[in-house]
Amino acid sequence: MSTLDSHDSERRDFLYIGTGAFAAVGTAMAAWPFIDQMNPDASVKALASVEVDLAPIEEGQSITISWRGNPVFIRHRTAKEIEEAKSVPIADLPDQDARNANIDDGSPATDVNRVIEGKEKFLIMLGVCTHLGCVPVGEAGEFGGWFCPCHGSHYDTAGRIRKGPAPENLLVPPYSYASDTLVKIG
Amino acid sequence: MSGHSTYEPKNPLAKWFDKQLPILSMSYDFMVFPTPKNLNYLWTFGGILSMCLVIQLVTGIVLAMHYTPHVDMAFSSVEHIMRDVNYGWLLRYIHATGGSMFFIAVFVHILRGMYYGSYKAPREILWILGVIILLLMMMTAFMGYVLPWGQMSFWGAKVITSLFSAIPFVGDWVVTLLWGGFSVDNPTLNRFFSLHYLMPFVIVGAVALHIWALHIPGSNNPTGVSVKSGQDTVPFHPYITMKDGFAAIVFLVLFAFFVFYKPNYLGHSINYEIADPLKTPEHIVPEWYFLPFYAILRAIPDKLGGVLAMAGAIVILFFLPWLDTSRVRSAKYRPIFRQFFWLFVIDVVILGFVGANPPEGWWITVGQFATAYYFAHFLLIIPLVGLIENPKPLPASISESVLANHPKGEPAAQPAE
Amino acid sequence: MKTLAKFLTAAALSTALLAGPALAAGKVKNAKDIAFSFEGPFGTFDRAQLQRGFQVYQEVCSACHSTDLLSYRNLGDHGGPEFPEAQVKAVAAEVEVQDGPNGDGEMFDRPGRPSDKFKAPFSNDNEARASNDGALPPDLSLITKAREGFHYPWYVSPFIKMWTGNGGPEYVHAVLTGYTDPPEKEADHAPEGKSYNAYFAAGPWISMAPPLTEDGVEYSDGTKASVDQMAKDVSAFLAWAGEPKMEERKTMGLRVMIYLLILAILMYLIKLKLWRDVEH
Repeated sequence: MSTLDSHDSERRDFLYIGTGAFAAVGTAMAAWPFIDQMNPDASVKALASVEVDLAPIEEGQSITISWRGNPVFIRHRTAKEIEEAKSVPIADLPDQDARNANIDDGSPATDVNRVIEGKEKFLIMLGVCTHLGCVPVGEAGEFGGWFCPCHGSHYDTAGRIRKGPAPENLLVPPYSYASDTLVKIG
Repeated sequence: MSGHSTYEPKNPLAKWFDKQLPILSMSYDFMVFPTPKNLNYLWTFGGILSMCLVIQLVTGIVLAMHYTPHVDMAFSSVEHIMRDVNYGWLLRYIHATGGSMFFIAVFVHILRGMYYGSYKAPREILWILGVIILLLMMMTAFMGYVLPWGQMSFWGAKVITSLFSAIPFVGDWVVTLLWGGFSVDNPTLNRFFSLHYLMPFVIVGAVALHIWALHIPGSNNPTGVSVKSGQDTVPFHPYITMKDGFAAIVFLVLFAFFVFYKPNYLGHSINYEIADPLKTPEHIVPEWYFLPFYAILRAIPDKLGGVLAMAGAIVILFFLPWLDTSRVRSAKYRPIFRQFFWLFVIDVVILGFVGANPPEGWWITVGQFATAYYFAHFLLIIPLVGLIENPKPLPASISESVLANHPKGEPAAQPAE
Repeated sequence: MKTLAKFLTAAALSTALLAGPALAAGKVKNAKDIAFSFEGPFGTFDRAQLQRGFQVYQEVCSACHSTDLLSYRNLGDHGGPEFPEAQVKAVAAEVEVQDGPNGDGEMFDRPGRPSDKFKAPFSNDNEARASNDGALPPDLSLITKAREGFHYPWYVSPFIKMWTGNGGPEYVHAVLTGYTDPPEKEADHAPEGKSYNAYFAAGPWISMAPPLTEDGVEYSDGTKASVDQMAKDVSAFLAWAGEPKMEERKTMGLRVMIYLLILAILMYLIKLKLWRDVEH
């Protein structure tokens, strides 16, 4: 073993640091495939949308269907429920955002913004509590809408959070009407 | 690792930590571990093998997140990885090619040990641990090859597990136990997956012991002469780490060549056909790294005899330290052994070709001669050559041999070997 | 590379002829080598060829053969035939796919969607056998990787195949174009309903009748649909079907190789500098 000359050590330092940085960049890039493999794969991303026939759902009745592995609530609301939802002033809502994937982000959480205009009778939303992901129970809670038994979140008849720990209204997924009674979710 | 560490952490926090869990001083000892300064590039394969093990572990854990160990889904889940999973094709090709790369490196590593007499005292335990690692690797590789559930997977599993039926009296019982049924089937696939996941961690444990055992006597070196003084060694870091690092990158170039340009070259086409328990492929052969052993199996025209010969081909390695009668380690100073070493390498390559070809015609004869030679190498040649050979004079020390290579005392750009 | 391979093959074959019996064992004829666009380290698929190949597959092969590992969406994937999205949807919608159960608990048929797997012509292997005189038309998803068109004598095979590959796509082409009249001594005991094909791996008698006829399909890009052309196109399509990520693999491979070579040089310089003053 011997020591290196001083003018040499400067060049050696540069070589060391340069190579170290080069190797670090390579390692970081090599790590990406190992992380990205956990993201949804091509077959999951391509999963089809679901079509639901609304005709058999009678007024006051709800169904739950599965879309991308999550429950989607479809409720044929009564006139009374719609009236109740409409009468709530926006200012009273903990979350004033409509959370509707079919309209502009940040639209106010009015009742009509929670559904598709002209189809107010049918409320379609993800049945996933925005607190920690439990499935709320229908026609329950202090506001006659949904109630999440896990941690006590109360949603109203438009699926808006009114009381409890959940931060947001139940999300409305992208959907559209293929015909008068046929709705395509996703 | 032996003796008391000279490391004294300066930072009080480090001092407190190291007193309770001496990882810092252990790592320090590793880094300054005195290593012979005349190691050639064949000594870099230990590091390369550690890298291979880590690559196989990491890609394997990730592949297991997408693989389904069920006879109806295994094949398509592997193809799902190849087609749909993000970078799945890359991970699977690295893992599949990695198996072959691992064996390339381990064969070089073993042959290096044989050439330079690294198995001799005081390193017998180190060598035995190495042979155990080889056995564990073979088991792991075999079970891994079954998982894609292609034709060769299935029939390879059936043939190799059937080897146990050669055991007198309990053979059939053992095979049924291994299968969990009356043929290779879903229970077999499930347990192979479980064990294929477990074994690498057993290998990690064995490797830890192997490295521990290495750090007691320290590395052997191309002269085979033991380290005499500090003049003979360099600290492991940065001298060996950087050299190993360079060699590892070169090895990765070869690795990447296969992964990206010839990913299926080392495999079998027929394994892209889903397993059919009712139809054996025309020509079944194991992966290339098993071919010499497969040839030994087929060389003996008797079921039990063939199995014993194949097992013996590996078991005999355990006894190598005591079969060798020479006092000199390195083949560099053993002119006769050196010739026989290369004959042995050629013999194993011939066995590989025999294993790859159908047991017909003169292949059978060649296989039998090569098998006989394989055993003769260990049982006759090595003990006898040690006794009759007149070794060349050994250098007094590593430093002396290094100086002899560069008589003018000029710095060398390249290691001698 | 091709020339080298050819040279090696020629050398191998001539020595094999001298060696005699070594070669006689192989009864399947070697497939004719074809210069496909996707060969070599920089080779890519020819989109137009893949699209034509899909047409041949769709109109001819898919009547009997399944391709279970492909989904219609793959037809639009990057690195594949890259059909426009609307066309992928239209192709998928041509088939009826069973879905369900619906609210009444019944299965129902609906038009296919891009996310659906390619529809198989038969619902299971037994039905496929029953409809094909007992012969099972193999699934084509991996046929170009599961079959080998090239066979060389043992002492050169591992080396040549490093360059030429196994000749899987060539095998498909050779079988499709390799129908001939049987040699006289074979003609007498021709199995009923089978054709003579010296390239067929389990041959020479094959249950599949010659599937391609001159102008059997009408190519929209004006390419003349000769049997040879159609066979090449569908072989290319099946090569993609077997290895759909090939282009991604080669692109990444080039980058990785360049990176590793630079890193190797840097590491070598470090090693040189470190060891320069150590006698070793």
